[in-house]
Amino acid sequence: MTDLSIPTEVVTPEPLIVSPPGQPGKPTSLWSDAWRELRRKPSFVISAVLIILMVIMAIFPTLFTSIDPRDCSLLNALQPPSSEHWFGTDLQGCDYYARTIHGARASVVIGLVVTFFATLIAVTLGSIAGYKGGGIDSVLSRFTDVMFAIPLILAAIVFLNALGSKGIWTVCAVLIVFGWPTMLRLMRSSVLSVRELDYVDAARALGASDWRIITRHVLPNGITPVIVYATITIGVVIAVEATLSFLNVGLQLPAISWGLMISTARTRILASPHLLFFPGLFLSVTVFAFILMGDALRDALDPKLR
Amino acid sequence: MTSYIIRRVGQFVLVFFAATFLIFAMVFAIPGDPIRALAGDKPMPETLRQTLTQQFHLDEPFLAQYWHYMTGVLQGDLGTSFNNREVLDIIKERFPRTLQLAIMAFIIEVVVGVSAGIWAGIRKDKFLDSLVKVSTVAVISIPIFVLGFLAQLIIGVRLGWLPVTAGNPPTVYGYLLPAIVLASVSLAYVARLTRSSLVENLRSDYVRTAKAKGLSQRRVIGVHTFRNSLIPVVTFLAIDLGALMGGAIVTESIFNIPGLGQAVYQATLAQEGAVVVGIVTVLVIIYAVANLVVDVMYAVLDPRIRYD
Repeated sequence: MTDLSIPTEVVTPEPLIVSPPGQPGKPTSLWSDAWRELRRKPSFVISAVLIILMVIMAIFPTLFTSIDPRDCSLLNALQPPSSEHWFGTDLQGCDYYARTIHGARASVVIGLVVTFFATLIAVTLGSIAGYKGGGIDSVLSRFTDVMFAIPLILAAIVFLNALGSKGIWTVCAVLIVFGWPTMLRLMRSSVLSVRELDYVDAARALGASDWRIITRHVLPNGITPVIVYATITIGVVIAVEATLSFLNVGLQLPAISWGLMISTARTRILASPHLLFFPGLFLSVTVFAFILMGDALRDALDPKLR
Repeated sequence: MTSYIIRRVGQFVLVFFAATFLIFAMVFAIPGDPIRALAGDKPMPETLRQTLTQQFHLDEPFLAQYWHYMTGVLQGDLGTSFNNREVLDIIKERFPRTLQLAIMAFIIEVVVGVSAGIWAGIRKDKFLDSLVKVSTVAVISIPIFVLGFLAQLIIGVRLGWLPVTAGNPPTVYGYLLPAIVLASVSLAYVARLTRSSLVENLRSDYVRTAKAKGLSQRRVIGVHTFRNSLIPVVTFLAIDLGALMGGAIVTESIFNIPGLGQAVYQATLAQEGAVVVGIVTVLVIIYAVANLVVDVMYAVLDPRIRYD
């Protein structure tokens, strides 16, 4: 199983099993190879640091600011950035730095929850469709075609517009419902290519059950492209949530979210550009971190690119 | 080949009915009383209520409602807005604006995206390649509404290079800034896809053969590799039409262009379900048709894949 990381069509003069320094002779897996490569990659380190920072900000916003984002005074309305209010204040006179810090939670929670469940659905159904084939595959694939035919933003607008209250979990649910089709297609085609390999035949010949073959052989070898795509999806979901909140169909006030902050400020952006700049910067940096991480993972996990 | 096209059209019909059913179910099956919502906080006479209920088939079962809706859609009746305008009229009036914007964005996306991708691909791992790689990730990371406001603020207002709104009546020059914003995200994807596809093709046997024959670099890339590298890009462009539609909603609302996207945005704010559903249905149909056309073209253009 270990030497699967080396593509069969590439003939290399080097020995097939690479020994990592300090562990002579021990075969390495795709993931430990990838990990050794990733640690030395600047793009991976930068994105990992940014992601950890954003997650800490989402869990413990008070580590970064002691100001209550809802403690506002109209006397301080629309102040530009100063030593007292680092990011200035908004129309209600709330401290914009505190609001920006507290805005991380909505984005990070929605990004992670949506991607987790969408990936779970995609991996489960995708491996069933790819492994079993036949009728189940046809039904699942046609259903995916249908979901795929409605662009994500349009679907979310229609659905969220019809729903009355839009809390963080409603937004999550809608994005999960429409978020899995691409990953299911990826998983299915990945399983299709793994299914035909010799070691799966060998496991079947040894009498392994379908469940065991899928969980022990097909999944570990077929899931890499989905993991790469899922990492990027976290960033995409965060951007979509912000866009929906900006269009007034996502989170609603008094929730604190970067998209909502920009939406509230949209008529005053020309006079007070800081209202756009800071939430926009945090939003873009978070999305950037996840996309960069996905890129780094793909480079490390795809042996063909080496 | 013929059987593939027939199957693909069959799939299109299935997708069409199932997708419209989904949209319909999402909006009209959600609990709530639309007539009550129409009346707002004013009392409504019982007779009017009954007339409206019958007029909109609200007393019939869900599937019957869907049937009425679909027969309407197929006859070009997409419903009416609150102020009694045909949704189809709204679409007819606004569609040209969106189409102009989308075509401009599309041209920018293809020309700049493909050139940047080729530029990076033939200089793999050089400085320019890294520059294109990093800048595309950066552009993809900035959500389109942030990018739109930034462009408006910096290029439109501070530097004054391009008009901030499309103007009335809109001019090509006025569309330039919104079109660049709308194109930017997909442009980055096109550049990355072209680059990776080109890099992959440059390593293939037929390129080595072409080089061994003594063909010039220009001919190897321009004739042999370029055409094959564009196949995945063309497929992407069809799928990407969906993102372009979502982007148009944001861009039109920021740059005040009276197109379909702005109509969706305003209808969303006004909670006009019929208008939102009508326009989205039309957009989904356009999307499905475009994907059908590209899939069939793909089958004709790429003989390497056998469809049976």
